[in-house]
Amino acid sequence: MSGARSIVKVCGLSKSFGDLQVLRDVSLDVEQGKTVVVIGPSGSGKSTLLRCLNLLESIDSGTIEFDGQDITHFGRQAFKARRDIGMVFQNFELFAHLTALENIVLAPVRVKGVAKAEAEATARQLLEKVRIPEKADFYPDELSGGQQQRVAIARALAMKPKMMLYDEPTSALDPEMIKEVLDVIQDLSRDGMTSVVVTHEMAFARRVADRVVFMESGHVVDDAPTSEFFHGTSSERAKRFLDQILQH
Amino acid sequence: MDKPWLVVEYFVSSRFMWGAALTLWITIVSLFFGILVGLLIALLQESRSRVLNALAVGYLWLFRGTPALFQIIFVFNVLPQFGITLSNFSSGVAALAMNEGAYMAEIVRSGLQAVDRGQRTAARALGMKEWQVMRHVVLPQALRIIIPPTGNQFIGMLKLSALVSAVAVEELLLVANQAASANFRYLEALSAAGIYYLIFTTLFMAAQARIEDWASGKRRRRMRKASLFERMIGATGDGGRVR
Repeated sequence: MSGARSIVKVCGLSKSFGDLQVLRDVSLDVEQGKTVVVIGPSGSGKSTLLRCLNLLESIDSGTIEFDGQDITHFGRQAFKARRDIGMVFQNFELFAHLTALENIVLAPVRVKGVAKAEAEATARQLLEKVRIPEKADFYPDELSGGQQQRVAIARALAMKPKMMLYDEPTSALDPEMIKEVLDVIQDLSRDGMTSVVVTHEMAFARRVADRVVFMESGHVVDDAPTSEFFHGTSSERAKRFLDQILQH
Repeated sequence: MDKPWLVVEYFVSSRFMWGAALTLWITIVSLFFGILVGLLIALLQESRSRVLNALAVGYLWLFRGTPALFQIIFVFNVLPQFGITLSNFSSGVAALAMNEGAYMAEIVRSGLQAVDRGQRTAARALGMKEWQVMRHVVLPQALRIIIPPTGNQFIGMLKLSALVSAVAVEELLLVANQAASANFRYLEALSAAGIYYLIFTTLFMAAQARIEDWASGKRRRRMRKASLFERMIGATGDGGRVR
């Protein structure tokens, strides 16, 4: 584990929405090929942290480095870096007017200038990878939540990202669909995709995460290798949170 | 109506045909530019710049706060004093288009706003530039919401086009009025004009149904379509409006 290159370095990140400070002096390192799971009560700043990493939110202070580039400030370089970061949202956010295949093809063709035929071939491979090749020509509202989320993952992968961000990818899903989505994320992780996953699925965190970050009220309270985190060395607050979550 | 054949005579006369053609042309051109103006105003309203927002609000205040007829007469009679001289036709079309723009802006804006914010976020996260987000994600979805009320605007515009008779553009109503004032056969002349208007509105409504099908893409239509008759009497909910 030591010696791996950090692909993301967040240093002293702070962010407020008006009077509400949602991130306080957050630092986070994600090493290439590793999977970091971010947990914490709602309102702890997990999602905002992810959105900052993908430049969807501006930040008040601190620095963000991605793949050796400073992307703290919005600018050409930062936006270019964003293409290398795939993001998956809680509510899927598939483009409603496009089929699954068209959803996947859009950005590679428009943003990267990939030839359409090539992009479609890649898209079909990706649908294969997320295990729904037969749904290529379906519109989002004709797919189940689990299927939509897997198309959304394929859409992000189509940009050939160096890192994937998952913002509560299973929170909007019916229980029976959670597994199919988590399995896909797990496969990608195992194949070496650098991932940051915000989730409440503790079993998934235990199984897939290399490291667990526990956040509360905008602070990173714990940041530890998975086995240490789940076996006693985490903070009292994290333990209380885990107890609450695992009770039901 | 002691001379019913006169209606037919008027109807097929070249003057009435030209008048009807001009009415159609005024409608199409005004609506076309009106949609462009509406799109522009809607984008100004949606922009983050306060100045641009204020500009849009000022525009809406001006053009929704005064009668369309006033605007037509103003453009034709007052603008020349400021060195802008337009032909009768251009004055009429310019005024109608600017007026229409104020109403289309509202329609376009509600379409843009109906597209979930998350869609834009997802598009940005994929690395799209703002104009690409608009062009490939927001507008295509907004279009489906914009098209049905725009069809109503088309019909509204057809009727509104009669106002340009006030600046002596020889469109359908003026032609009918002139024909009638020569022999006081108002019933026959206006009936001939009325038949043209009804033919046009009926054809528009039929076309509108087709366009809505097209706009909804390849997907199956799950909702029952409004019948042509329901469209005509405005039973589809967003009916006509009075200016």
